[in-house]
Order: sequence, then structure tokens, then C-alpha cells
Amino acid sequence: MTTQASAPEVSGRTTTAGRGKRPRPPFGVSAVAVLAVLIALFSLVPLGYVVFMTVATGWETAAALIFRERVGELLLNTVLLTVFTVPLCLVLGVGGAWLVERTTLPGHKVWAVLLAAPLAIPAFVNSYAWVSAVPSLQGLFSGVLIATLSYFPLVYIPAAATLGRLDPAIEQSAASLGLGAWRAFFRVVLPQLRIAMTGGALLVALHLLAEYGAFAMIRFDTFTTAIMVQYQSTFNGTAGNMLASVLVFFCLLLLLAEVRSRGTARYAKVGSGAQAKALRLPLHAYQMPAQLFLAALTALAFGLPLAFVLRWIMAGGAEIWAADELVPALLQTLGYGLGGALVTTVVAFPMAYLAVRHPGWFSKALELSNYITSSMPGIVVGLAFVTVSIRLVPEMYQTAGVLIAAYVLLFLPRALVNIRAGLAQAPKELDEAAQALGTPPLLAFIRVTLRLTAPAAAGGAALVFLAIVNELTATLLLSPNGTRTLATEFWTKSSEIDYAGAAPYALLMIVISAPMTYLLFQQSKKVAGQ
Amino acid sequence: MTEQSPSRVPEPRISPSVAPTTNSHLVIEDVTKDFGSQAVLKGVNLSVARGGTTAIVGPSGSGKTTLLRLIAGFEHPGTGSILLNGSPVAGDGVWKPAHKRHVGYVAQDGALFPHLTVGQNIAFGLSASKLDGGRRAVAAKVAELLEMVSLDTAMAKRRPHQLSGGQQQRVALARALAREPELMLLDEPFSALDAGLRVATRRAVAKVLNEAGVTTILVTHDQAEALSFADQVAVMRGGKLAQIGNPFVVYTRPADRATAEFLGDAVILDAWMEGSLATCSLGGIPVRRPPAQGRVQLMLRPEQIRIAEDGNIRGVVVDTDYFGPETTVRLKLAVPPKLAGAMPDHRYPGGGEVITIRHWNASIAQPGMELCLRVVGEAVAFPVNGDGPST
Repeated sequence: MTTQASAPEVSGRTTTAGRGKRPRPPFGVSAVAVLAVLIALFSLVPLGYVVFMTVATGWETAAALIFRERVGELLLNTVLLTVFTVPLCLVLGVGGAWLVERTTLPGHKVWAVLLAAPLAIPAFVNSYAWVSAVPSLQGLFSGVLIATLSYFPLVYIPAAATLGRLDPAIEQSAASLGLGAWRAFFRVVLPQLRIAMTGGALLVALHLLAEYGAFAMIRFDTFTTAIMVQYQSTFNGTAGNMLASVLVFFCLLLLLAEVRSRGTARYAKVGSGAQAKALRLPLHAYQMPAQLFLAALTALAFGLPLAFVLRWIMAGGAEIWAADELVPALLQTLGYGLGGALVTTVVAFPMAYLAVRHPGWFSKALELSNYITSSMPGIVVGLAFVTVSIRLVPEMYQTAGVLIAAYVLLFLPRALVNIRAGLAQAPKELDEAAQALGTPPLLAFIRVTLRLTAPAAAGGAALVFLAIVNELTATLLLSPNGTRTLATEFWTKSSEIDYAGAAPYALLMIVISAPMTYLLFQQSKKVAGQ
Repeated sequence: MTEQSPSRVPEPRISPSVAPTTNSHLVIEDVTKDFGSQAVLKGVNLSVARGGTTAIVGPSGSGKTTLLRLIAGFEHPGTGSILLNGSPVAGDGVWKPAHKRHVGYVAQDGALFPHLTVGQNIAFGLSASKLDGGRRAVAAKVAELLEMVSLDTAMAKRRPHQLSGGQQQRVALARALAREPELMLLDEPFSALDAGLRVATRRAVAKVLNEAGVTTILVTHDQAEALSFADQVAVMRGGKLAQIGNPFVVYTRPADRATAEFLGDAVILDAWMEGSLATCSLGGIPVRRPPAQGRVQLMLRPEQIRIAEDGNIRGVVVDTDYFGPETTVRLKLAVPPKLAGAMPDHRYPGGGEVITIRHWNASIAQPGMELCLRVVGEAVAFPVNGDGPST
């Protein structure tokens, strides 16, 4: 399995005369492996739940519940939403990234941040602002509009990071082979963006499948909103479960599609040598249109939501700032955010450690389980945890522990990616150097590896924190009675059409999210360099 | 040398410069190591004298780094044992972890801790509470070590990434020296440096270690580095030590053809051995302790073949490569005149071989020219069938 775990076991010799300690794998690799397996099994609970429920329902019932007109409508809605939104996000994300990173655009540093800024606004807040602006918004078109404006940064951020690091020598080679700037972009630059684009498209599509609040607010039905309605009316109905299994099926299909389209070609820089700075193309006559395009995009995706939140705050006056409601919500949100971020980071560590230090089929299998889990929508995780906690550990049902566990599961991949990058910066040679200098293994691990991984782990924790602050679906399903987070309070108030009352919660979420989003943007540049 | 496993690898015919029984600092006995199903070390025996310098040299994948990591205590041997100062540290149910072995280790890229300054790196293995004078003593020690490796003491405040590769290696050495180890392990510490810096850093490191009287083991794939650095060279191939001896001996009298070709350019000719004289296209050449009689392969170093004013050994220049200080000349050897025209002799194996020699004067060798040659010194003979010993 791993080189160290399978190390010495000298048969028959190890017990002689107690002259020394039996050779032992260093730093409990096997303990870490056991831990990682437990975490992986835990992370497969939602998928297991859906499979179990589908099997338990029986084929006849399941077929009757799945192959019906209502499911057809939801399917059409979801497919159309995806088919329109994903390409739009790709065009806006890649186009924006190209303008910001590869053209002589005045103010490109400011635009670079502004294009990532919409991520600081939760999709359901964006939806709320748009409904305030255009009350008649409804159906597919508004769904596409809001989803595109909320999610295009998911493509923009990786695309910008890749473009900024692209070796200009590749474009120069294309030019020397007779390609003009446009043809070079399509034949050489765009293929280099394939990983960023497929990865970003997958993220957008998964968000579309998982989002509840944004679509519920404009009364656009998707699988997730339909499952929520079922859950609220029948609690744990078979119909809802079957919708969930169709939803999970689509999520897995998306994963498969991404793996297939990512391809096997090598995109990292081949060969050695220092890399020159990226070239910037002069825009000439296109300067004005480019600036206008970016201004319009930013205004719609960031300016409009912010403006309408502020407008409701002005309209609401002093009375909407009820400290006895706001302060507990803020504290609870911070509590769940910090607690969830901490637990998630700790849980992610063993898996990241195995993946980096002991690569092999074992850590690959762990990663696969993690990859599958990362596609599970919050609604499915919520349903699974509600059912499992009621059936297996009733005393845990509706406790903070279950909600934190759901957060861990939903956001484990974010922490994992960061800790892995951090661990890669702390090669085991450094641990060994410390041991050769007389430091015992565990202490060497703490003084060197943990210390060097800490910044990356903190970055990962910040991203998990951001995600928990803006999480709505699983929180609605799992939070203990009396729990009030910023997201759930916002949702309750805006569902009661108390838009002014909801505004302070929206503003607080945006204010908390903004620095985290900036951190995410900064980190993407570093991760792309590895 | 302690005995080799009885399989294919030849008994080193030259005794190592240091006998294993007297004052051995490190003894490795029959050590093996597997990674999964792959055997990396297949029974290694090595003895290193106190204060001596040993280079373990071999192509990549020969197991030399694994051997070093076993000595450092980063890996457990499969079987066999390792003794430091006469007491076992690994094998036979004994295990002394790396941090208790008191062995210095310098990794390929220096492995400096990026989160610490140069001074903090060097002080990593020192504990202020154990030194008289506490923190001030640590600072003084750091300054002393920086001077020892010829670095400015002001560098203590810098970060590792602000140093050049050669400086990083010197800091890594200073850090390892801080604990005053008696044994220092160097894992290809110069290979990441560019050519000029490599030689300078190697000299500086050798000098420091020599003056400190530290027993040193250097692992390298660069034969020139091994030959110039060490007073004992161990040639590693396929998980075994093919030959151990002092640099001059392993270079001029390699144990087998593969070792000969690994340690430098070699001219290999078919020859006929009678007594201690080998006859080949370069005439009769003396061989010390021939391993076989009759048909053999003869090995000469290119620098042993000189261009002469006249003589009856001749070759025609095929082509040349000009390198500035010297020229590589490829020659097609003629059939020596005293054999030419005579009866075809079953004992005479060749004529017409193309060999490569070196010469400082490019102008004397133009393609098509015929040159007279003479051979300086002795040749080494290998049995014809494979590389194994004839006995």
C-alpha cells in the first residue's frame, strides 16, 4: 500500500531479547489511513441514502414516481436552465478573464477584482434584489438571468488565473507559425483553458442543480425546489426521495461529463526555464466597447443587488435594525461558520496528508469518494442527514452536531484542495531534515509540516466559512429549533415579503463575504501556479 | 572487504583503502530493501573508516539514495544490519530512529525550512538550554558556522529563497554541522547547481568537512565528483556494490566492463592474453593480474593512447570534435604490420576497430590523416563472456 506502512516487519526477528523497539511505521500512517477511510465512508452517506431509498422503494413504485409528467416538467426546466446558463457563464467568464488578463485595458487591476465580486452576493440575495427591481420576474428567463449573473465568476476566476500564467512563448510560437492574434487565441490559448473551462462549467452546473433560494424566490421550479416543497408538505415522502435520486443521477452524470471532456492532454508548461510575463494585446478601437461591457456586467451582477439592498435599508429606516434579532443571528452565523470551518479543516487533513504523502490506489479511491460527495446538492445532504439521524441516532436529530456534520460534508472539498496545495509546499524531506537534526518525528511534523501548511489550511477554512455563512438549503432542513442564522432569517423575512426587514441580513452577509471572496480570488492565482 | 553475496557480482579484486575491522565508523552488513515487489538493495556490504570520505556512485535507480536513507534512519532495512560506532542502529530487532542517530544529512536541494530565516535554520537542531550562555551562545554558534561555510554572518537574517543555490547548500551544511555530528551524509548535494558553482561548492564542502574531521558519505551519479571528492569510492549498480576502492584504483583498474564504462570513457578492444601480455590492434600491452588467458576484452582509458612521432601502430582519423582545450579524435585502427600479410591467426582478434582518443592539438588530426600511436601504462583485461569473473 504505502512504502512506509509496508516497511520492515522482519518476521521472527522482531521480538528477540527486547534489545530495542520493534520497527514501526513512522508517524502512525496506518492510524491516519483508518481515519481517512472513516471520513470517506461518512462522506458517502448521502449517496448511500439515495441508493438505499431507491432500492427500498421498489422498482414499480419508483418508476411510477419517476416517469410522470411533473418530473418531465422539472427535467425540462433543469435541462433548459443548464443549457442556457452554462454557455453564457463560459462566454462572460472567459471573455472577462481575457480582457482583464491579456489586453491593454486601463484599470484592469480594478476590473479583475470587480468581476470576482458577485461571488460575495449569495444567489438568493441576488434574486431578491432582482425581484425588487423588476417585480414581474418569473420563470426560465429570469432563472437564467439571475443564475448567470451569480455564477459566471466561477468560470472567470479559474480562467483568469490560467490566462495570467499562460506562457507567452506559446503564443509567440503560434505567431511565428503564421497565426494572427485572433486565430492564435482560438487555436492555442483557448485549448489551454480547457481545464479551467470544464471545471468552471461543472461548478456552475452543480450550483444550478443545487440552488434552492434563488429559484424559489422567482417561482422557477427545479428538482431542488420541488424536493423542498415535497419535504415541507410530506416531510419524508417517497415522492421527494425519488426526485432526489433523479437529481443525484444528474449530478453524477455531470461529473462523468467533466471527466470525459477534461481529456488527458498535458497543459502544464513543458520544459524548464523561467517564464516571461504575459503579453497584452492593444485594444485600439475596442477600448470603449470593452469598458462598457465590463461596466454593464459589473453593474448588473454586483451594482444592482447592492443598490437594492441599500435601497431597502434606506426605506426601512431605523426600525429594521432590531438588535435583539440581528445580533443573535450574526452570532449564530459566526458560531456555525467558525465551528464548521474548524471541524472541516481538521477532518480534511488526514485525507490531504494521504493524498500528498502516500499517493497510490488507496488515496485515489479516497479522492474519488470525495469527488462524488462534492457533487451532492445541499438538499440531498439535508434529506439524508434528517432521515439517518432520525432512524439511527434520534437523540442527534435537530442538534447543532448534525448541521455541522452536514457542513463538513458539503464543504470538505474546498478545505481539501487548499490543504493539499499547502502540504505540497512542505515536502517530507523537510520533516526528515528536522529528524536528522535531532527532532522526534511527531515534533518535527508539528514544527515543520503543520507550520508550513497552516497558511493554506487557514485559507481553506476561510472558504468553508464563506460557504457556511451563505448556506441556506441544508440549514433550513437541519438546523435545531430556534436557530436563526443570517441566511435563514433573511429567507424567513423575504418569504413573508418583508423585504425591508430582510435587507440588514443581506447586507451583513455581503459584508462578511466580501473579504473572503477577495481571499478566494487571490488564492486562485497561487493555486494555478502549481 | 567483507564478503559479497555469492552471486554474479564479482568479488572486488582490489581491497578497499581501509580494512573493515579496524576502527570502522559505519558498517553495513548484508542490507536489503524492497519497495513492494521491487528489490532496491540486494545485499549491500560497506565499511566506512572514521574520518574517511566515501562516495557512493551509481546510475539513477541503482539504490544509492535508498542506502543513504537507511543510514540516516529514514527507512528500515528489509534484512541485514547497520552499525554505527560498533553498535547496531538497525536490523536484528534493533531500531534507532533518525533523531537519535546523531548523523548529519544534507539533501539534494538543501531542504531548508522556508518559514525560518537562515539563522533559525542553522539553529534548528541546537537547543538554547543545553548551550552555556543560552540564546547568545546560539547566535554566536550560528555566526561561527556561517563563517565556517564561508558565508557572510549578515546572511543569518535572510530567508532561504533569497539565497542562491550554492548558498542554500552551504546553509544546509552549516545546519547539519551545528550538532557536530561524527557522520555526515550528503545526498547529491551539488547536482542542482550549475557546472562552475558545483566544483566550487564541492571543494568548499570537502574542505569544511575535512577540517572538522567528520566522516562523510557522498551519494552522487557524477563519477568525476565521486573520484575527486572521496578517498573511497563505492560503485553501485542494480542494488549491489560492484566495486569498492580508492579513486585511482577504481578508475584505472575497474572490476568489470560496466564499471569501467560508468566511471569514464573507455576503449574496449578484443585481445589475446598470453602470460601477462595482451595482443590487440594496439600491439602488445602489459596487464597486471590477468583474469583469464586466451580471448579477453581489453580496457584502456583514452588518455593512455598517445599520438607518437612514429611507430608501427597506426590509425586513420575518421572524424574529430573540437572542444577548445582538447579534441576528441575518432580513429580507425590499422592491422599492425608485423601481423599484416601473415597467416590468418586465430589468436589475433581484430584490426579495423574505431576508437576514440583525446588530444590537445586539433591541427594534427584531420580526417583521412594517418597517425602513429603508442600506449602508456597497463591495460585491464576482462573475461570475454559477460562481466563476471572467470574463476
